[in-house]
Amino acid sequence: MDFNIKTMAEYAAEGKSPEVLFWVGCAGSFDDRAKKITKAFCKILNKIGVEFAVLGQEESCTGDPAKRAGNEFVFQMMALTNIEVLNAYEVKKIVTACPHCFNTLKNEYPSLGGNFEVVHHTQFLKKLMEEGRLKIEGGAFKGKKITFHDPCYLGRANDEYEAPRMLLEKLDAELVEMKRCKTNGLCCGAGGAQMFKEPEKGNKDINVERTEEALSFEPKIIATGCPFCNTMMTDGVKHFNKNTEVEVKDIVELLAEAEDL
Amino acid sequence: MQYIDNIIFLILLVAGFGLFAKSLSKIYRNIRLGREINRSDHKAERWETMARVAMGQSKMVKRPVAGILHLFVYVGFVIINIELVEIIVDGIFGTHRFLSSIFGHSFYNFFTATLEILALLVIIGVVVFFIRRNFYGVKRLTMKELFGWPKHDANWILIIEFALMMAFFKMNTADWVLQQRGLLPEHGSFPISSTFLAPIFNNFSDSVLFFTEKAAWWFHFAGILFFMNYLYYSKHLHIILAFPSTWFANLNKKGKFNNLESVTKEIKLMMDPNADPYAAPAEGAEADVPSKFGAEDVFDLNQVQLLNAYSCTECGRCTSVCPANITGKKLSPRLILMKTRDRLEEVGRNIDKNGKFVDDGKKLLNDYVTKEELWACTTCNACTEACPILLDPLSIIFEMRRFLVMEQSAAPQELNLMMTNVENNAAPWQYNQADRLNWAND
Repeated sequence: MDFNIKTMAEYAAEGKSPEVLFWVGCAGSFDDRAKKITKAFCKILNKIGVEFAVLGQEESCTGDPAKRAGNEFVFQMMALTNIEVLNAYEVKKIVTACPHCFNTLKNEYPSLGGNFEVVHHTQFLKKLMEEGRLKIEGGAFKGKKITFHDPCYLGRANDEYEAPRMLLEKLDAELVEMKRCKTNGLCCGAGGAQMFKEPEKGNKDINVERTEEALSFEPKIIATGCPFCNTMMTDGVKHFNKNTEVEVKDIVELLAEAEDL
Repeated sequence: MQYIDNIIFLILLVAGFGLFAKSLSKIYRNIRLGREINRSDHKAERWETMARVAMGQSKMVKRPVAGILHLFVYVGFVIINIELVEIIVDGIFGTHRFLSSIFGHSFYNFFTATLEILALLVIIGVVVFFIRRNFYGVKRLTMKELFGWPKHDANWILIIEFALMMAFFKMNTADWVLQQRGLLPEHGSFPISSTFLAPIFNNFSDSVLFFTEKAAWWFHFAGILFFMNYLYYSKHLHIILAFPSTWFANLNKKGKFNNLESVTKEIKLMMDPNADPYAAPAEGAEADVPSKFGAEDVFDLNQVQLLNAYSCTECGRCTSVCPANITGKKLSPRLILMKTRDRLEEVGRNIDKNGKFVDDGKKLLNDYVTKEELWACTTCNACTEACPILLDPLSIIFEMRRFLVMEQSAAPQELNLMMTNVENNAAPWQYNQADRLNWAND
């Protein structure tokens, strides 16, 4: 293992507190594909020496899928428990690689007593770059065509379109925009708890529609900023039998790759 | 007998405005059937939003062709309403082109010339809209959900606007030719009428011209009154309700869904180790009968959601960007608003008939909106982003999902499983919370 993970409990035992809490999220903890995103992000933080902690066994679902499915009870049960834990550790700043966790922690926890500065991992890395702490050598992706799929819960839900694009531009790749991007972005089909159920009957699945659009640009890489979008787009690429030609990668994976981590 | 015109005019005027006021009061009453919601915060930002979005049409121009044509019709409509003042004064007092005496010669010339140009732009706008809607095949305007009244309604609006503008030009041309013949005092400048229509009208006799001028004036006036009263039965109400709808719009980040306070209380009590679950409520505490969770019928929606339903002009920009709709699923955000309005109108008629609402055995949920539609939503907010007047169909979908889940336990089985997992394992999948950090050692 070439990275170093500490929990909030360990920091607390040392009487210290980290710069930031990394909220891993359910997908990032348990989903085999999303775990790679989690690790890539940790490697980058390790490399530039950001002191961060995770909650580990003390973390639980933010409640987002239950809430969007309509179950306010389960949502608030998770939210109030999480807030107790976070407040007990006096957490000030949270970074997460999942736009759903990001949105819920940032927008829906405050009125329940959870007031934290919450950022998405692309926003966090952008800030580190602006501060000069993170330096990215371009080149590894020179000339490769990349298209970015906006996650709804980062983009339209929270108006963040710039941070992921700024990071991608640093890779010296050829960034192509799909027609439906930014405010007009098309959902991957997983939001609103759809990830956990079969889609309703229709002509096609939403992720197939979206991947079709992405593939029409013949990109080498479809970049994502959400573990659920990642799964949906990966499935879409498989649907078109393009998985040997096109990769679906989270932005932090691309950055870690560029840095040879 | 010389005042007969003025008297007929006054009667029409009072009846027209009176009926319209009655319609508006009915809408107001129906909207108030919804739950109260406090949207009176951030007043400065609300005025700014309304000025930018409703008056400034900032979201309309996202689709440039429809946006610019709509701008023609909108600006034309607003300015031409100034003329209504002139019509009313002339009608009551029997004056002719009353504003000329207030504006002065050159400004009145400028005013009438501007009106003519705008009226021409309105005609261009409505003609292109008519073609787009009926022959060109813009998908969102030709979808099945618009068959029947919504389609006829849209066409009637365009036809009425076209007829009103044509009457306006007829009136001006007859007036101008009479002015040239020295039979009416010279007021105003009519660049379109005098160039394009006057050559035809020049052949008419004085009496025909006088009759045409009068007839067009009356048609124009009666047409406006008719159109105003038609609004209540039409999707065209947006010309009024777009303003309050943008003012009361949700100013939060789109991803922020409201937290139900009644639930917070319950959970806090549940989590408090010192709470006595059997304790009687404290003396003097309000009897806190929790109302329904979520929405089953229009009464359970909030007043802004009901206002939204009346404000929707069925343009379908929301539906055309909805990922569920694009991929052939039953959900259409526009139809959610249309059905909400239909149900609210039905409830209103019930109240009109019975004095108060008498249970009719119907509900918005199931009788109008099906579960299949509700469960197809990805909550992506494409619909709310697309709406030119900031309506929020997603919030209605969300409230109805809450009802299905919290009142009826009627979620799809897979979602029940997911929710059980969240509750028991603190993750939507059936993994053990103790394994949360295993990835670090893989």
